[in-house]
Amino acid sequence: MAKEIRLMKGNEAIAEGAIRCGCDGYFGYPITPQSEILEYLTVQNPYPKTGMVVLQAESETASINMVYGGAACAKKVMTSSSSPGISLMQEGLSYIAGAELPALCVNVVRGGPGLGTIQPSQADYFQTVKGGGHGDYKLITLAPASVQEMYDFVGLGFDLAFKYRNPVMILSDGLIGQVMEKVEIDDYKPRWTDEYIAEKFPWAMIGKPASRGHNIVTSLELDSAKQEQVNLRLQAKYKVCEENEVRYETFQVEDADILLVAYGSSARICQKVIELARAEGLKVGLLRPITLWPFPTKPINELSKKVKGILTVEMSAGQMVEDVRLSVGCAVPVKHYGRFGGIIPTPTEIVEAIKTF
Amino acid sequence: MTREEIIKPENLVYRRTPVLTDNVMHYCPGCGHGTVHRLIAEVIEEMGIQDKTIGVAPVGCSVLAYNYFDVDFVEAAHGRAPAVATAIKRLHKNHFVFTYQGDGDLAAIGTGETIHACNRGENIVIIFVNNGIYGMTGGQMAPTTLPNMKTATSPYGRDVELMGPPLKITELVAQLPGTYYVTRQAVYTPALVRKAKKAIRLAFENQKLNKGVSFVEIVSNCNSGWKLTPVKSNEWLEENMLPFYPLGDIKVPTQE
Repeated sequence: MAKEIRLMKGNEAIAEGAIRCGCDGYFGYPITPQSEILEYLTVQNPYPKTGMVVLQAESETASINMVYGGAACAKKVMTSSSSPGISLMQEGLSYIAGAELPALCVNVVRGGPGLGTIQPSQADYFQTVKGGGHGDYKLITLAPASVQEMYDFVGLGFDLAFKYRNPVMILSDGLIGQVMEKVEIDDYKPRWTDEYIAEKFPWAMIGKPASRGHNIVTSLELDSAKQEQVNLRLQAKYKVCEENEVRYETFQVEDADILLVAYGSSARICQKVIELARAEGLKVGLLRPITLWPFPTKPINELSKKVKGILTVEMSAGQMVEDVRLSVGCAVPVKHYGRFGGIIPTPTEIVEAIKTF
Repeated sequence: MTREEIIKPENLVYRRTPVLTDNVMHYCPGCGHGTVHRLIAEVIEEMGIQDKTIGVAPVGCSVLAYNYFDVDFVEAAHGRAPAVATAIKRLHKNHFVFTYQGDGDLAAIGTGETIHACNRGENIVIIFVNNGIYGMTGGQMAPTTLPNMKTATSPYGRDVELMGPPLKITELVAQLPGTYYVTRQAVYTPALVRKAKKAIRLAFENQKLNKGVSFVEIVSNCNSGWKLTPVKSNEWLEENMLPFYPLGDIKVPTQE
């Protein structure tokens, strides 16, 4: 049977994806440009149908700590926000990473710093992939470039979160959140039963049966020698993730002289850039990282041996460009083109930037 | 008669509840936390709900509470226990969920989470141990520190002109429609211990009714932070804390 197709906003696709992938709970607080996620969920009211809890919290701080509580029960729980709200969640994300819990967080990024603007931005890259909160930890980061991917990455995000017992961030932006596109919708996946959770996730808070000792979820270890072991275990886990979970796609890189590297909305714009540039005889290709952590270091390094230069396009002052430079070394020039503060770059201005090589 | 012959269930007048683990508690000798832990554990044992109870520990002296209760336990970030408990209870409706928090955790950094969990009427138990000081970090001024009381950060006594008066958060949450049972107890005499246990038992029983937060404050001591002997600290508690934090029920369930 053909899949159901709907015209949806990116934010709505996140919400619909959550309901349909068997999500147990969403906890969130309104902030532009992602409030449609909470609004859509409250309109759909999934609790009577799937048992999914939807709760408007008193703050982003409370939201992420509700997620911490739900994740401690091995429930599929998530939150969403936009940049200032995500800043407030950093403490909670660090605790979730430290306690090795699975959880999903969505950032529909707006321009900063401070209260900034409500227009799209990609200036939260550093915060997301370099830590954000305190301590050595990583967020598995997915960067959707379409409304379909907003929908798909909710399920994928939960899969990765439970596979690695680690928080996953969907790093979106105000453009993908607000734009409407067609989306293929799946059938409802049932939520996990308590029996399934008890069997699959023996660490979960389910109430201590007589057959085992009590489960403890904590990120505290007062003995430094033990805490170092905790960190070593985390680093080993991150290494496995780096080896197995890198996702990216390429466009017209086979004969490219100039490689564009861009993610999310910028990658969509860069597809048009390729078309315009090639019409002018410029051989331009694109690598789009789908996972920002783990970063597609190796494929970028491989491609750098075939091109004359690399241009990263970001809606920021240049953040991912640092990871591209680390991937490439000094093999070829790596430049950055960016607009920020909520301004979206046009394809023509990016073509002009390509011509500076 | 040998010792073994004497130690039989029918001869026991007191034993440690198996809901407490064998771990040695880190609390200072004379501190009330151990007693409060025991009362909660005894209530869990007597109600037969060990396999259906999930606790949430705070940041503060009782940060390691999870080591002492033989029930599933989450360690929350500072002040966030009511938010953590909110999600656990909503996802495990038939479980008994409680937070265990001190005055800095519940009444300073976690004020927002406390008030909103109480206002939403989350069906949880909040155990609030108030000793008027930040114990774990070395005895600094808490939101509940009494006027003129000396602490590490109010070395000349709490100046209410500068810092405001102590926050009576228990009276505050009692005003909210989401709280079902609000009481203030103490555990420094055997009679008070028995009363406090009854209050904790009622709080846990209330969770079966689905009628909102049961909030039990325990006015306790901090002999280390107050720089008094255990006995003197209990005398000081009675003479100074209780006039400001009077014991008794503040909000009781209405008969229906």
